[in-house]
Amino acid sequence: MSTSAALRRTALYESHKRLGGKIVDFHGWELPVQFESIMREHEATRHRCGLFDVSHMGQVFVTGPDALAFLQKVNANDIARVKPGRAIYSHLPNEQGGVVDDVIISCLAKDRYLVVVNAATADKDFAWFQKHAKGFDAELENKSDQYGMIAVQGPRAADVAGLVAPEAPGLPRFGALERDLCGQRGFITRTGYTGEDGFEFIASNEIVARVWEDLLAKGRSFGAQPCGLGARDTLRLEAGYLLYGQDIDEGLTTYEADYGWVVKLDKGDFIGRDALKKQKAEGIKRKLTGIRLLERGVPRAGAPVMIDGKEAGKLCSATFSPSLRAGIGTGYLDRPDLAPGTKCGVMLHGREIPAEIVKTPFYASPNLKKGA
Amino acid sequence: MLDPKKLKYLKSHEWLDLQGDAGTVGISDHAQKEITDVVFIEPPKLGRKVKQGEACCVVESVKAAFDIYAPVSGEIVAVNADAVKNPALVNAEALGKGWLFKLKASAPGEAAKLMDYPAYEEFLKAEAAHGSH
Repeated sequence: MSTSAALRRTALYESHKRLGGKIVDFHGWELPVQFESIMREHEATRHRCGLFDVSHMGQVFVTGPDALAFLQKVNANDIARVKPGRAIYSHLPNEQGGVVDDVIISCLAKDRYLVVVNAATADKDFAWFQKHAKGFDAELENKSDQYGMIAVQGPRAADVAGLVAPEAPGLPRFGALERDLCGQRGFITRTGYTGEDGFEFIASNEIVARVWEDLLAKGRSFGAQPCGLGARDTLRLEAGYLLYGQDIDEGLTTYEADYGWVVKLDKGDFIGRDALKKQKAEGIKRKLTGIRLLERGVPRAGAPVMIDGKEAGKLCSATFSPSLRAGIGTGYLDRPDLAPGTKCGVMLHGREIPAEIVKTPFYASPNLKKGA
Repeated sequence: MLDPKKLKYLKSHEWLDLQGDAGTVGISDHAQKEITDVVFIEPPKLGRKVKQGEACCVVESVKAAFDIYAPVSGEIVAVNADAVKNPALVNAEALGKGWLFKLKASAPGEAAKLMDYPAYEEFLKAEAAHGSH
């Protein structure tokens, strides 16, 4: 992508400016990093409800008799497990087992699926899909430019979403539904990137601002507030979610990212299966590992992690965790054997700060029962 | 709260309140907004002698770490224990309860090199025009 390319704005840009959002360049998109304060927005999402503009995310529709067969080929997860009205998290592997993207796929009908892809990878993913769709009776449509997307997240998300879409609270976790939003076709999934209960609304660009304003206005009674990318990042890292391009990419595999549960080797053939099968049998040499500082300090991406005085890897994501009031981070360490509780260190401002290996997620919300 | 008009400023957004040789240092209200939620303060050691422009304190926000530079040379005589304990004070009251440290200036005349309030306001406008983010 050219760096001189004009920045893109979502349909909610004017609203963000009006609400005092601090706009930054996020992979070519002008998006708010915060409105009021990252900490307060983080806490609002953990305890009440946060509203996020995630319109930069892309939408690819796969339709036709071979839609499922095609998706099985390009996904590590078993897409046959998702029935109409359900969604699933998956990785798109390359032949080496590296990750082309991480996605959420909703089954809208037996022969129609919606793939939500990352913003920076949308065009690459679509080209990847086209390349591998030959021979399949399936139509691919990249509608990323036509849809906006809003995440409604937090313990009161169901109350807030219900004010705009009464059937939303009835959705199970990872449920998906297609419905009219302000007279146009839209989609609601019970998914998110915060580690809280929540919903994602996908609506056409013409009406997404109306949905946003509606959620803001009606959600106030439940303490809903607009949140920026800053809180989105602290929330997702606490919840142990990967950020594509930072935590995973084409040179790192799903196993190395410690997301092995996504890979279903027994589902039949798919791109990257041989490489992944081999890696699983041989074992990984590096693993994405969580660390938590035991003293004051905020770790940053790029900071070396020390084990017994030797660098074992660098952090790829790191932040101050507002929920734990401590520094946390994840990095690929060349010691996949390390158990939680193992003491380590993180280099900060030229000093080694005591830390320990911890299990992820760093923070498990009491509002979201595991597997619910 | 101190009157922002009576303070001196650095381009790195520290303020200095100087009464004789007694200086108090903090970050400007503009700076606290820019760096967002302050979560840790690494204060200078008491008794440390610092030179004008020397990095002597670290303020960490959720987003990044920021060095704080001594506005004038001198000896650190106090650090704000309340702010170290509750760093949100820096955001709540950057020009008051959120001060960072006090120093005894060894050459108070150095303050003449710092910006006064109108100059700092002009500096902020120029920075904004250049698109500081």
